[in-house]
Amino acid sequence: MSKKEIDSHTGTETTGHEWDGIKELNTPLPRWWLGIFFACIAWAVGYWIVMPAWPGITGYTHGVLNFSQRDQVAADLDALKTARHTREAELAHASLQQIQSNPDLLQFAMAEGRAAFGDNCAACHGSGGQGAHGYPNLNDDVWLWGGKLEDIQHTITVGVRSTSPETRQSAMPAFGRDGILQPAQVDDLTEYVVHLSGRPADARAVARATKLFADNCAMCHGPAGKGDRSMGAPNLTDNDWLYGPERADIHDQIWNGHGGVMPTWGGRLSPETIKSLAVYVHSLGGGE
Amino acid sequence: MTAAANTSPAPWRADLFILPLIVALGALAALIEAARSPDPAMVIQAWTFLACMIAIGAFYLKTYGGGIPLEEREGYANNVVKAGVIASMFWGIAGMLVGLIIALQLSFPNLFYFPDWAWTNFGRMRPLHTSAVIFAFGGNVLIATSFYVVQRTSRARLFGGSLPWFVFWGYNTFIVLAGTGYLLGVTEGREYAEPEWYADLWLTVVWVGYLLTFLGTIIKRKEPHIYVANWFYLAFIATIAMLHIVNNLSIPVSPLETKSVSLFSGVQDALTQWWYGHNAVGFFLTAGFLGIMYYFIPKRAERPVYSYRLSIVHFWTLIFIYIWAGPHHLLYTALPDWAQTLGMTFSVILWMPSWGGMINGLMTLSGAWDKLRTDPVIRMLVVSVAFYGMSTFEGPVMSVRTVNALSHYTNWTIGHVHSGALGWVGYVSFGALYCLVPWLWKKKALFSNALVEWHFWISTLGIVLYITSMWVAGIMQGLMWRAYNDFGFLEYSFVETVVAMHPYYIIRALGGLMYLTGVLIMAYNLWRTVKDAPAEAAVPANLVAAEAV
Repeated sequence: MSKKEIDSHTGTETTGHEWDGIKELNTPLPRWWLGIFFACIAWAVGYWIVMPAWPGITGYTHGVLNFSQRDQVAADLDALKTARHTREAELAHASLQQIQSNPDLLQFAMAEGRAAFGDNCAACHGSGGQGAHGYPNLNDDVWLWGGKLEDIQHTITVGVRSTSPETRQSAMPAFGRDGILQPAQVDDLTEYVVHLSGRPADARAVARATKLFADNCAMCHGPAGKGDRSMGAPNLTDNDWLYGPERADIHDQIWNGHGGVMPTWGGRLSPETIKSLAVYVHSLGGGE
Repeated sequence: MTAAANTSPAPWRADLFILPLIVALGALAALIEAARSPDPAMVIQAWTFLACMIAIGAFYLKTYGGGIPLEEREGYANNVVKAGVIASMFWGIAGMLVGLIIALQLSFPNLFYFPDWAWTNFGRMRPLHTSAVIFAFGGNVLIATSFYVVQRTSRARLFGGSLPWFVFWGYNTFIVLAGTGYLLGVTEGREYAEPEWYADLWLTVVWVGYLLTFLGTIIKRKEPHIYVANWFYLAFIATIAMLHIVNNLSIPVSPLETKSVSLFSGVQDALTQWWYGHNAVGFFLTAGFLGIMYYFIPKRAERPVYSYRLSIVHFWTLIFIYIWAGPHHLLYTALPDWAQTLGMTFSVILWMPSWGGMINGLMTLSGAWDKLRTDPVIRMLVVSVAFYGMSTFEGPVMSVRTVNALSHYTNWTIGHVHSGALGWVGYVSFGALYCLVPWLWKKKALFSNALVEWHFWISTLGIVLYITSMWVAGIMQGLMWRAYNDFGFLEYSFVETVVAMHPYYIIRALGGLMYLTGVLIMAYNLWRTVKDAPAEAAVPANLVAAEAV
């Protein structure tokens, strides 16, 4: 079986082995291949000398550079803190109005607010604060809990229906689901709310629902349906709908009484970041 | 010929006793689980497994009920390889289709989101895709080709009588159990090792059978030396056994429930997982497929292997160095700095051992380069080696700390994986299957070379779209994540980086669609080859004698 021969094309000797017609040439290792292989090993040995590399019984070789990823992160964070330090200190002492009236500080707060908004708020309110179904739009002048700088700061700090003891709290009853009102009454109220927003509605249903509205809804939304910010009750006359403008949407809201949750950011973000967020959100278009 | 003439009376044979016994025990265990388990997912898994056991039992009854079939008494075992080829094509199409679906889910999340069907969720479909292409497609290709190659290069029939059949059916049972498990939400949460404890146990049994088949065949070989392809196959089988067992060490919450808890925790768990994960790439997707390359390229090119010495040196260096490289998946994590350094440096040292295979693959063509023009199958095999070279260079580069700081967690990694998966693993498999079908079904040639050309060009373009879009997307993503503005705040929010990915995700899905199209063309071509291609001329009697063992 073992029959060495010279391959006619390459002029190289074969090993003399053959399997299912496959032979092997006895070509030596390519020199460039071997060279790069040894160079990689040499580089690795060098790297082991300067960097932490080999474990022992009680520790490991720290390397000439004594590199540590933890130290590196700590140093990076320190550097960042130092870079922001002056401005952050100013933010801590300035009132929201002072921030707004100081162009330099405002620019800084807007940068911080924008970054914090993207990381913490955009998931629900959208990257541009445009909102979504069930998540308020922050670009318009419709505010459930107030659109002044302090109002916004407070809402961010305590959240809405959050775990904070001071949370903004409101709860619309699920009039249909919990059997507070009859299905027909929910239908009538739907027409009434459509009517409130200035759209054509079934007049007889509206008439029937007038007393229902006064008894069940006016307490929070006000007798004219204009809403009440102290209770977080939306204005029903402005054609801006958190849960959708269609009859089916309004019916669904009266029936189920949806209420979203915004977390409390008080413990999670620094007071300076919350101030920056308040200024940033205020600037989105609807600030009062 | 009557059926009786096809068989001989069955003498007592260990495999015909032990293997059906294992199947019967499996069926019994499934029945108990189905009857007693309080876990609805386990009940479904148990019925699925029982159905598979019944199918295997029926196969045994049909094949061996009337005695030992003729096929088992002469020449090489070809039917089990044929079955593997068919299974490979089936799982390949299924796995790539799921890949396309999840690519579309990422591109158009609202359009491909079905909240009422939990099993369509990305989190369940993604492991279905990875396992289907790696283990179902790749695994069946490896088993089929290794069975084919080891017989020819050892001049011996597969060892173990019906054992190879048990390996084939058992392995595909594992695939079905794993895949349906993912859709039910059953998972260990370990990447590429998601199947739960009972599926792992079954695979262990099957894998022991695979090792025995392969090793037994090598031991009874009639060649003085073991061919290089078989070294690689054996390294793949042995190492996967070790990786599989260690990474899946876990304790079931209850023998009647799907859930189990890993023996490892914290950073040890992470390191074990990536020791497994990386070496699954190293030994399943690299060593195993190098075995394919070492047989099919010289065979198809009809040229000797370029360098025997290189094959020895790169085999042993690859085997010894690969096993160290896993920690490069955990750079900049809680893993100690020293372990990260070792993972990174061994990855860089691994560069040349990997390229040894590329050199041997490409240089074997010397003297036959003209075939690249005329034979699209050899072109596919050669392009696969080129992609192998590219991704085994890219890998060490990405393992370098500073590069990884940019590339980690981005789509660059996805692009890297797919240049290896679509380019190397996919193409070397397709090349081997294109060779195998005419050889196994005794056909003169493939049904259509033109269709192979179409497959080659459509899918090559698909790969290019896929990997370039993911490179751009990944590097952009990494740069956006780390960008700070002048005031020391992040320039981009996460959601902005997601928006930026959108066009590239669409290009990626298009690339995937083209790749899948190529595979569908291939499946049609192979089917027509089996059905319609002219048969090989009658083989001279002396050659038949040579093949008979």
